[in-house]
Amino acid sequence: MDFNLTEEQQMVRDMARKFAEAEIKPVAARLDATHEHPAEICRKLAELKFLGIAVPEEYGGGGMDYVSYAVALIEISKACASCGVIMSVNNSLYCYPVMAFGTHEQKMKYLSPVASGEKLGCFGLTEAGAGSDPARMRTTAVLDGDEWVINGEKKFITNGNVAGFCVLAAVTEKGKGYKGISSFVVDLENTPGYSLGRVEEKLGINASGTAEMIFDNARIPQDALLGNPGEGFKQMLMTLDGGRIGIASQALGIGRAVLEEAVEYAKVREQFGKPIASLQAIQWKLADMATQLDAAELLTLRAAWMEDNHLHYEKAAAMAKLYASDTAMQAAIEGVQILGGYGYCKEYPMERHMRDAKITQIYEGTNEIMRLVIANNILKGK
Amino acid sequence: MNFELTDEQKMIQKMCRDFARTELAPQAAKLDETKDRSILKTNLKKMAELGFMGMNIPEAYGGIEVGAVANSLAMTEIGAGCAATAVTMSVTSMVAEVIFEFGTEEARKKYIPLICSGAYPAGAFGLTESGAGSDPAGMKTTAVLDGNEWVLNGQKIFITSAEYAGVVVVWAVTNKNAPKGRGISAFVVEQGTPGYIVGADEKKMGQKGSSTNQLIFEDCRIPKENLLGSVDDGFRIALMELSGGRIGIGSMAIGIGRAAMDFAVEYAKGREQFGQPISQFQAIQWMIADAYTELDAAQLLVLRAAFLKETGKPFMREASMGKVMASEAANRACYKAIQMLGGYGYTADYPVERLARDVRVTTLYEGTSEIQRLVIARSLLGVE
Repeated sequence: MDFNLTEEQQMVRDMARKFAEAEIKPVAARLDATHEHPAEICRKLAELKFLGIAVPEEYGGGGMDYVSYAVALIEISKACASCGVIMSVNNSLYCYPVMAFGTHEQKMKYLSPVASGEKLGCFGLTEAGAGSDPARMRTTAVLDGDEWVINGEKKFITNGNVAGFCVLAAVTEKGKGYKGISSFVVDLENTPGYSLGRVEEKLGINASGTAEMIFDNARIPQDALLGNPGEGFKQMLMTLDGGRIGIASQALGIGRAVLEEAVEYAKVREQFGKPIASLQAIQWKLADMATQLDAAELLTLRAAWMEDNHLHYEKAAAMAKLYASDTAMQAAIEGVQILGGYGYCKEYPMERHMRDAKITQIYEGTNEIMRLVIANNILKGK
Repeated sequence: MNFELTDEQKMIQKMCRDFARTELAPQAAKLDETKDRSILKTNLKKMAELGFMGMNIPEAYGGIEVGAVANSLAMTEIGAGCAATAVTMSVTSMVAEVIFEFGTEEARKKYIPLICSGAYPAGAFGLTESGAGSDPAGMKTTAVLDGNEWVLNGQKIFITSAEYAGVVVVWAVTNKNAPKGRGISAFVVEQGTPGYIVGADEKKMGQKGSSTNQLIFEDCRIPKENLLGSVDDGFRIALMELSGGRIGIGSMAIGIGRAAMDFAVEYAKGREQFGQPISQFQAIQWMIADAYTELDAAQLLVLRAAFLKETGKPFMREASMGKVMASEAANRACYKAIQMLGGYGYTADYPVERLARDVRVTTLYEGTSEIQRLVIARSLLGVE
């Protein structure tokens, strides 16, 4: 056992921290208010190789491990949770499945531009009627000559409004349930029949776009299929395992920002003739936040380490996501409480953290789904 | 980062797990019910023979020095088998360590091998008094130097193993005029020293197999060289040692919580209601998911503290984090386990009832949860 980061992992973390503090944190409130896509930040994240962090260099990535990914994502999310989820989706939900299930040719064509950050990627799984139960999806893909013809609508797709590429799940064989689902890589800018639908107005992570994607007889090449027909559902689940490490890291970043700002405020805010930090009511909140955040971080880094070492990490990733997101939400609620009225106002970033934290309990598998995954693993003795 | 245990750590973990399952668990209910100390003493003797009492002690002094991480893993396994035995092991190890770190070479050579070998059934840690619990610096026991001897007077309370410990480390005020916490010293006192009087064994809710005694000193005279560290430096020693002890208690709590949940999961798989095993209901699955997630999280905190200790880094805050989270998560896990067993969980026919009683004290001793939060908050805020 060794709880120290390696030199490389430390270097990545320091680099991410420095960049996030200098270039992301100062603009986070503005991005939240304007809902604008942080294109300039994405360009710099690409320069740091953070958009394809675990992708081998030959495909335009950073060639780093998933522990490095997690520690970098914590730092980026601490400054801006919207930037964090853009990075998380690009890495975990786009680059990972293309890397894991694509051929060399597919990787050259579809992975390199996204891993290098030239274009952004997205993940088209969810539909209006298929959220926690994605096997109920309605989008279809039918082979017509040497092209797949896609019809259907995807919903709540992070990066959907700005992405150049999409990993898309669709039904290729009706009546077979999840065994009839396949996955594809779609070059969105060169696919006739694809159009962007509504971009959602949300409670938080406002600088990250959440879009509907409409496929109306959209035609993609036959070789856009990832793996074999019918493997899509399994591929999506494997992808989401990694995605959960990303969301756990994002949640941790939000939680870390909350703790830091709450400590700072409590030390200088005086009531009853002394800083409120000297009151046990406040100390208890801070102690619990710090303890739970450390615990969540260890769960997250353990899951990332397991992914790096090719161990079965489904349960570990679900535990990390569940615990980190619940911790971040609880921390943000208490963070607002510590700042009192100020916490409720936009003068301080605390209310943004609270709005941003909520989504981490919902996406990439609600926490209810996490508990199902964990319990099922335990009941099977895993 | 590397979350894999070393071969040696895996070996210790497996050895302790096997020992706990075959030797401790089958006797745990009987020990709880009868408080038959001969069962406890047999357990302790066997454990000493396997080296469990000196896991952080060099071989030269009779230990096996496998490090704090392995020690934590061991405590978790022993805790899962029998909490009364585990707490005795935790306190005894702490006593061996404090003598090793602050004792004279003579004291080390004299006492540590006796603890490690099992010649002494246990060691005891005499800090708490009736008026000095979370605030130990308020203690009243005194030690006065008289020629070549210290003379101890006062009363300790809640002292684990005091009635059969071969040796006890005792804290006493040596300078009444010093600022609070600056006039306390630590001493080693042997069982049987005239004036060392073992008082009543408390009637407790759980961990009944281990004794919790009053300990009275009446003009108890000990040699001058039985002082640990320097005069008036004892309070610092106590705080340092308690940090290590908290890793032990946290580790043990995780073992108790896991034992309860493991039992409840097997029960839920076999218990049918509404035509299906209750493990198929989300209400039960939620309890399972939350309990194991929290226990895993707590164990990582505890192991991190152990790792820091093992590598010579500061670990006070981390040990408090591990202890508060482990003890509270384990309490929740045990209560969930009872809930999963329903009425059966409330009876002594199943072990979860005992485990829930045994785990309760883990948020109380070696620093209440409130004291752990205080330690953590002070560290966060950068205040003393």
